[in-house]
Amino acid sequence: MKPQMAKVEKKPRSAASLSDERLRELFREMLLIRRFEEKVEERFRAGELPGFLHVAIGQEAVASGVMAGLEREDTIMSTHRAHGHTLAKGTHPNAVMAELYGKTEGCSGGYGGSMHLYDVANGMLGANAVVGGGLPQVTGTALAYQFRKEPKVAVAFFGDGATNTGTFHESLNLAQLWKVPALFVLEMNGWAESTPMSQHLPISDLSQRAVAFGMRSVEVDGQDVEAVFVATKEAREHAAAGKGPVFLNVRTYRLVGHYIGDPQVYREKEELNELRETKDPIELLRARLELSDDEFEQLDTEVTAIVEESVTFAKAGTDPKPEDALKWVYA
Amino acid sequence: MPELTYREAVRDALSRAMREDDDVFLMGEDIAEMGGSMGVTQGMLDEFGAERVRNTPISEMAIVGTGIGAAMQGMRPVVEIMYQDFLTLSMEQLVNQAAKHRTMSGGQLKVPLTIRTQGGAGWSPGAQHAQQLESWFVHVPGLKVVFPSTPEDVRGLLWSAIYDDNPVIFFEHRLLYPLKGEVPAELAPIPFGKARIMREGTDVTVIAIGRMVPEALQAAEEAETLGISVEVLDPRTLLPLDEEAIIASVQKTNRCVTAHEAVTRGGFGAELTAVVQHGAFDYLDAPIERVGAKFAPLAFAPAMEQWAVPHAADVLEAVKRTVARA
Repeated sequence: MKPQMAKVEKKPRSAASLSDERLRELFREMLLIRRFEEKVEERFRAGELPGFLHVAIGQEAVASGVMAGLEREDTIMSTHRAHGHTLAKGTHPNAVMAELYGKTEGCSGGYGGSMHLYDVANGMLGANAVVGGGLPQVTGTALAYQFRKEPKVAVAFFGDGATNTGTFHESLNLAQLWKVPALFVLEMNGWAESTPMSQHLPISDLSQRAVAFGMRSVEVDGQDVEAVFVATKEAREHAAAGKGPVFLNVRTYRLVGHYIGDPQVYREKEELNELRETKDPIELLRARLELSDDEFEQLDTEVTAIVEESVTFAKAGTDPKPEDALKWVYA
Repeated sequence: MPELTYREAVRDALSRAMREDDDVFLMGEDIAEMGGSMGVTQGMLDEFGAERVRNTPISEMAIVGTGIGAAMQGMRPVVEIMYQDFLTLSMEQLVNQAAKHRTMSGGQLKVPLTIRTQGGAGWSPGAQHAQQLESWFVHVPGLKVVFPSTPEDVRGLLWSAIYDDNPVIFFEHRLLYPLKGEVPAELAPIPFGKARIMREGTDVTVIAIGRMVPEALQAAEEAETLGISVEVLDPRTLLPLDEEAIIASVQKTNRCVTAHEAVTRGGFGAELTAVVQHGAFDYLDAPIERVGAKFAPLAFAPAMEQWAVPHAADVLEAVKRTVARA
């Protein structure tokens, strides 16, 4: 067999490929995710939300950019940091918030919570709270599309921490071997919970891990929603055409702690403040679109109202009957 | 009635399902050209092609996880884990993923996946190719666990496993593969949760699974010559479990022995014992006896291996202990 080495493609800052109108829609969606996450932090600190939660502040452009590059019937599996992905895939904020409150109106009926958001009708096949746990299932979902000749792709989200798990390597190996229509979206935020890359990775370029399987790998700036969109759309076309899966190495920044309440003792405050000033995807897009303060205020008022409504909806939701804990153990 | 070996019966169920249903396909290590390490899938590559009889890398977590993903899309994959010892490599996908998607999604997802595996002592494979791990999976809500002991049962139960909408761990035993038995001409699906009385008796009930079913039947014949009437009950599915049949049998015989090849401590016999003491407490004339392997990783040398795992003689001794207390 002849050796095959895929090469890493680096995507420069996006050329103008989305209309201003579409970019504004994406801006609005990213702002909705941001305000949603901020509200989740607030309500958690107020003691209203059970369990523990992870917000994706700083990573909104990945969620919105990837989803914009997919077709509606495509499916995703997400991570413990799933609110943004789920909202961008099309789940109503009311259903996500109600899930965080543990209500039957929640997108998982109150059975899942923040780390197990599902909305199968919208192509959200589940957020997974075991790092790397969803990856082989994305390979398998894509295998089913290949079997049935369905023109769909399955998408896995995961972080740099997941690239050290066995499932990552087994799943990418198999996906490439069988050329299934899958996208593997690495949200490279540089942290495995509280552990920096320097302590969990012997290499810095994680594209090499995909290249090692002969998989097409594309690097993209995850703070630039248009760049993410362009890379995803191209990758989707490649995968859907039967040319094999694509690895998207998306550099992004987690501008908050691992979980709500994380004191982040492992991270310099100055570094974080600088990132917030220079890498905030919402501020970057706001500047690019040259939104006036009035325009921004108007969008902000709209999305804030949606988020407030989701809290009202969730609080008015139905508490599950305790004995319904047994309802879905078996099909 | 036609006669099939246990191995042929497994293959027959798989082949019939694949002939009728495009959603059924196989994945596993060495299952294509080689026909599986136990020869179960021999000839199936020729009939069904490499798309549906898929050799995989040695990646147990991905084999099970990929099966879960395809099952979530409504396919009915049957994956083979070559030895049940290797289920340990896929535990995360089995326990955290396959078993939980339905509940975590509030009923939105189903995982109609069958995980076939085999194992068992008796041929000196050493400690990493002969464990019996069925009891681990009975502890996981969301899974079903099947362990048939005859050709007829393995065929009918495998069919039911494939068409069950839940993940099913399907245990086969290496030493049972060459065993011959009559099967109905037409494949009759066997429902889960129904025990089979393998032999009727009045003095002691032996609840046996897997290889210990034929061993228990042999012990029962020997017991008969001693004037002891042994009933042998095979639960066939451990999860769900036919508690009603088990309790009814012990209420009739008043004595109970459990028998499996797995180590006794924490084994399925402990669960059976709990079911029996609760359901037939006032009927018991003797403590329940448990037969299983001794508590050690399985040693290689045949003399040590044979000493460590249970046989008909161990069942017979246990039966005698229960009647001696009457």
